[in-house]
Formats: sequence, C-alpha cells, structure tokens
Amino acid sequence: MTTPLQVTARLRDPVSTADHIRGPADAAVTVVEYGDFQCQFCGAAYPNLHELLRQRADTVRLVYRYFPIANVHPYAERAAETAEAAGVRGRFWEMHDWLYEHQDQLDPVHLSLGVEQVGLPPDELNAEVENRTHADRVRRDFVGGIRSGVNGTPTLFINGVRHDGGYDLPDLLAATDAAADA
Amino acid sequence: MSDPNGLIQPGRIAPGFTVPATPDGGLTGPEQFRGRPVVLAFYPADWSPVCGDQMALYQSAAPVFAQYQAVVLGVSVDSIWSHRAFAESRGIEFPLLADFEPKGEVARQYGAYQPRGEAARALVVLDPAGTVSWSHLSPPDVNPGADGIFDALDQLAADRKVTVG
Repeated sequence: MTTPLQVTARLRDPVSTADHIRGPADAAVTVVEYGDFQCQFCGAAYPNLHELLRQRADTVRLVYRYFPIANVHPYAERAAETAEAAGVRGRFWEMHDWLYEHQDQLDPVHLSLGVEQVGLPPDELNAEVENRTHADRVRRDFVGGIRSGVNGTPTLFINGVRHDGGYDLPDLLAATDAAADA
Repeated sequence: MSDPNGLIQPGRIAPGFTVPATPDGGLTGPEQFRGRPVVLAFYPADWSPVCGDQMALYQSAAPVFAQYQAVVLGVSVDSIWSHRAFAESRGIEFPLLADFEPKGEVARQYGAYQPRGEAARALVVLDPAGTVSWSHLSPPDVNPGADGIFDALDQLAADRKVTVG
C-alpha cells in the first residue's frame, strides 16, 4: 500500500440537513469550510467568503463545519460549542459572524457579551458549554474533517474536492466558477 | 515497488533506533511501542510554518489516534532544546524526536533524508510488530494532513481482524 505523491483529498462526509448551510439549497456549487473561530487565517477568509456568497448568490452555498485546533487556540472549542448552542436555537450564522468579527474577544467574559448581542440568553448557553452538551457534534465535524484530508484551517472543499489554492476573493471566485462550469 | 525517492517501503522491517525526545529528553524509539501501531512523522524542521501546522494538527487529532491505540512520533534533525520550545508553543504532547547527533541518521535509515540537511516530509506507519505497513512522501511545502495515516491504520485493524478471526 503506497500513496502516489499527489493525492486529491475529497470530502468524505456528505453535506446533510444536520449541517449549517448558508445560500440556496439548489446551488450548483457547495463550499464546505472546516474552520476554527480563533484562527487568524479563517478570520482573513471570512469577509471573502461573505463577498463570494453575495456575488454568486444564485450559484454558491456555504457549509460551515467545526475544526478547532485546541492545542494552539485555547478558545476555539468553547467558541465552536457556543456557535452550536446558537445553532440549535436557529441562530448559528449570527453567532458565526459575531465570532469572526470579534476574534480578539473570544475569552469567556466577552463571549457572553457576544451571545447577548446576538440576542440569546448567555447563562443558558454558558451552562450548555460548561456541560459539554455540544462537544460531540463539534468532535464529529472534526473527525470527519481529519478523515477527509483537512490539513489546517481554513480548509475548503468545493463540490467535494479540497481547494488547495488561496482564500482571496479572486481565487475563490475563480475556483467556484470553475466548479460551476464543470 | 520501486521508489525513486528512496523512502522505506511497506513490508520492510522498520530500522530500530532511539534518540532523545520531548518532553524530558529520554531516549525514545519505535521498539518501545511494540504491540501498538506507530506513526513516524518526519518533517523538515521545527518552526517552519507548514510543519507547525502539521504537528499541531496531529496533536489536535490525538483522540482519534488514541482510538487506534496508535503512537505518533515526530522526527526532525532539530535539537531537543528546539523541540521543547516548539512543543511548548504548539501544545504538542506526543514525543518529538531529535535526530540531531549523528545528524539525520534516523531519517537516512528510513530514506527520508534530504541533501539540503533536513528530513523529508514523510509519513511511515509501522504495524504492531514493527513492519512498515504504509509510507508516504509529501512535497516539503505541503502538509499531508492525516487522512492517509488513518486509512493505513484502518487497514491494519482490518488485517488484524482477519488474522485473529
């Protein structure tokens, strides 16, 4: 058993209704992002992905999956579980956006303020995070990612194929347009 | 199967060795972990950006490696002091092995040494008896991730079931 030098990593966990999805259900192109809320590169990609969805509103949808690298980012797991707690209340994307727009405020005190700004009850969410209510979901995303060839954050899969290019808007537009035409 | 790059191939007995390793500098090598799969992750150097991500990634995947009872050993030509500082900065708890003196000797034995004086970015999975079951060479600037490793560990687990069953 030997692997050739170049291997194209592929998404192994198909997108399902359990996923957090932004954009049209019938989009020609699905971008799956494995991200870490405390990762600066994910933070840098965030506005570009936002703009991608705006410019390709009919053709591209975004799926977000958790990939906290906790040994490097001490607040990443807590942020992910908070986002999931918001998600079960139908507010995932509001929380997701707040987290990426406040990456320097992910400590527990500021995070609670963020939860409040999103319009959710901080004490309730905090209790769920403390009880690790959503830890399994976050772990499931992580394991699916590592089995699919996620090799850092962010890692994007465009229609199931790992995107090894850049995360600037022109790169993302080119890659998703190519996938739409494929 | 021939490999122009010379990386050790499946079926070979893994060369034994011990070198100082994090955290405490104790002599460490694959033979200490017989009975468990061992993942040798050769990487060019501490501190280069891609390596950091690769070793940090393997640490974050520690619970998954634990499901296979697999041992991960990172190997580069850096000294134990560099390894210690690097491990501390990335929260890496698995051993980082210092292939430092004679420089690169372990990497050479596995066909994972590069003329520029660093280890190649190579993954080698050993079965519980110490035979190479899978190996993979990446370009130095490409983090290979862990999917290939887990596929190899799955294969080992499947083979073992067949043997035992």
